[in-house]
Amino acid sequence: MYRWILCWRYLRTRYIALASVVSVMLGVATLVIVNAVMDGFTAEMQQRMHGILSDVIIESRSAHGLENYRHHVERIRRIVGDDLVGITSLVHVPAMVSIDHRGETITRQINLIGIDVDSYADVSDFSKYLLHPENQQRISFLLKESGYAPARAHFPESGWEYRRKKAAAEKQLRQLREQYEREQQRNAMLREAIDQPPPPTVASETSPESMQFGLEPTTSRGLSLPSLPTALTVNDSGEVESSSEPHSSPVRPVAASSEQQPSPEHSTVDTLTPRVDAVATLASDQARVFDAEFQQHEGVVLGISIASTRYRDAAGQVTDYYYARPGDDVMITFPSAGNSPRAINERFTVVDFYESKMSEYDATFAFVPLEKLQRYRGMSADAVTSIQLRLREGADLDAVRDTLRRAFPLETMVQVSTWRDLQGPLLAAVQMETTILNILLFLIIAVAGFGILATFFMIVIEKTKDIGILKSLGASGPGVASIFLGYGLLLGAFGAGVGAVAGLAFVARINSIADLLEVATGQEVFDPTVYYFDSIPTLVEPMTVVWVVVGAIGIAVLASVLPAMRAARMHPVKALRYE
Amino acid sequence: MSELATQIRPRRRQGEPAHAADIALQPTEPLAAPSADVLLEARNITKSYRRNRLEVPVLRDCSFSARTGEITAIVGQSGSGKSTLLHLLGTLDIPDSGEIYFDGRRIDNLSRRQRDRFRNQKLGMIFQFYHLLPEITAYQNVLLPMMIQAGFWGYLKNRTAFRQRAQQLLQRVGLEHRLHHRPSELSGGEMQRAAIARALIASPQILLADEPTGNLDQQTGKRILDLLNDLNENDGLTIVMVTHDESIAAQCHSAVVLSNGTTRRP
Ligand SMILES: Nc1ncnc2c1ncn2[C@@H]1O[C@H](COP(=O)(O)OP(=O)(O)OP(=O)(O)O)[C@@H](O)[C@H]1O
Ligand SMILES: [Mg+2]
Repeated sequence: MYRWILCWRYLRTRYIALASVVSVMLGVATLVIVNAVMDGFTAEMQQRMHGILSDVIIESRSAHGLENYRHHVERIRRIVGDDLVGITSLVHVPAMVSIDHRGETITRQINLIGIDVDSYADVSDFSKYLLHPENQQRISFLLKESGYAPARAHFPESGWEYRRKKAAAEKQLRQLREQYEREQQRNAMLREAIDQPPPPTVASETSPESMQFGLEPTTSRGLSLPSLPTALTVNDSGEVESSSEPHSSPVRPVAASSEQQPSPEHSTVDTLTPRVDAVATLASDQARVFDAEFQQHEGVVLGISIASTRYRDAAGQVTDYYYARPGDDVMITFPSAGNSPRAINERFTVVDFYESKMSEYDATFAFVPLEKLQRYRGMSADAVTSIQLRLREGADLDAVRDTLRRAFPLETMVQVSTWRDLQGPLLAAVQMETTILNILLFLIIAVAGFGILATFFMIVIEKTKDIGILKSLGASGPGVASIFLGYGLLLGAFGAGVGAVAGLAFVARINSIADLLEVATGQEVFDPTVYYFDSIPTLVEPMTVVWVVVGAIGIAVLASVLPAMRAARMHPVKALRYE
Repeated sequence: MSELATQIRPRRRQGEPAHAADIALQPTEPLAAPSADVLLEARNITKSYRRNRLEVPVLRDCSFSARTGEITAIVGQSGSGKSTLLHLLGTLDIPDSGEIYFDGRRIDNLSRRQRDRFRNQKLGMIFQFYHLLPEITAYQNVLLPMMIQAGFWGYLKNRTAFRQRAQQLLQRVGLEHRLHHRPSELSGGEMQRAAIARALIASPQILLADEPTGNLDQQTGKRILDLLNDLNENDGLTIVMVTHDESIAAQCHSAVVLSNGTTRRP
């Protein structure tokens, strides 16, 4: 009894000891915050990875892929049984995308993924991450009229609206150029006629600059003048939104004449009647027949970071700059199937962007329809490179993986893995980071423990006489020791409790605090150009908080063990002589 | 515990059966026949302190006895070892050689725990500097021995009885109006009264007092001495009192002089 009374009294009268637990408090608060943020990041990341990767992935390493995949799918259905919620087949190839932007070609390395439009959404969160609301319902790989990314500020004009303007502008340019060529030719002929003697050599038929536009000067036999292509480049690079002025400017008849071209049904194809055959896909006659104003190539969904970059503008605003947007055409280069792959170049029209906010995926994934990719690559229509499974919530992924591994031995060049296996190194790295942070922060609390130790030693020495008195009254050594142990416990509990509450309060308001700090210091605390999250994700694991609190109290009690032992061993007579 | 509350007198004259067993005093030696009514006895004890490898002998072959129901005074010069002897008698320290008997049982070789319990239950001690705990009130100070004795639950169970007894004792020493004062808010005499009440709460058989008036003016000291005399006369409390005041010693039933490490009759 006396222990608790004294303990309590000491707590009430020795505020210096409270100062020594401030560091415990801060340590606990920091631990709670760091764990909440790290767990938040991890959970967010895992959720995204999991969403994309589905649960179990069966991949073929063979150049031909998994042949006769429908048979395999049936087999997997039988093996996995009730746990299976969704299954889809994909073709995965490494590829390169070339984006024409302001006369320059930007190339990016990507993962080209052929997806089965009907089943892919059952397995992966793919559609959730698309920008167009209709595509989020169901992806069609057809360019929409407009309405991309309604929630995004400053998303450039995209879709057919943009494509038509751009195509019209390009057509105009081409005609201007042809006109110019003709003028040149005529000039040359006139000069020829005037100068009489014909030139001994003929200039090269096509200049490299004109190649850049894929525009074949129809019957150019004339001199290629350097001034012309430069002018064209400048024209081309002008934002196409502003190309409405050429519409109203002198070359209006050209645009009008293009509307008279014999493709009236094409102009409505895009939104009203999404007929796939309206899409010009045959590479052979494409060059001749294809009209970008009314036709699209095969659709591709690009990861948003492939075609954009995020930066901070002069005013400090986070802005995205787009190299391409829905409505633009890109060139994708990928290997053909078989044992001696060739590079295949294919033009695609960007029909949407994909934004999972996992930078790795956003910067490398490009999706096209499965059957098209199979055909372009020269694969048979029933060969895929991988099969993804989504399992029932709570199913044992590892068990399913192991049974599937027995069904697909390694000799068949097939690899079965769970999403965790695939993202193992990343998850392990994050895990390790969390662990190290925890250790470091616990070291802070341990340092606080030494503070408690020193303070308690001082209190024990200060209380030498009282310890002697208690012993003269018959208090035992352990009894006296327990005063100080209890004292440590109370202080630790107080510090850890206050720290945990403060930490949780901080976590609950972490984003407003970050904003506040930003205003106060002018320094961006949470930089959205670095992270793809708009706000700091947090997740409070109650068990973590409990462990942190228990650990901090444990350290406080441990720190009071030595002073308590010293108090217990103190000789009563010496203690009483102490004046 | 209720008789505890009403009965301050823990006296037990010789002839009464020794109930020392209830505090587990186990004699390790056969009873050495004590003098008829001697309650506390030291036989041929030596005690020396070690200071930098140098042995400083304080007590040499020193014997002492206190009879039941008497006030025994120990006088001697400062530094003669009076406090040392008293601490040995009160089992706060262990003699280098020699034996100490309480009620016919040897107490100097008891285990630490047994000595703790002996001090708590059989012995009251008061000091020159009162030695009250500064953090708690006079009342709580008085209750301390009972808290130590009864433990957490035992104390909670019997706290009404304990409180009643503490109040009675504080009344007895004339401190009923200072119950809830901290030691720092009390005068020296009041602190010593509180210390006496604390020493008596566990109904000890003997009170060891180390210069109880040493720090008080003559009048206050006299009142403390009167209180002790009163306790001795009316409640039969055995008292061993260290003092360097010969006149005080002269009023006691018996007195010994401590010099050169041994005792002699004055
Ligand atoms: N812990 C110790 N270490 C060394 N010497 C000690 C120690 N305690 C006491 N002494 C010495 O023992 C001797 C006796 O001390 P003690 O306190 O018993 O004397 P005293 O008679 O009570 O004196 P006073 O009347 O001043 O209280 C002193 O000379 C003292 O210096
Ligand atoms: Mg002394």
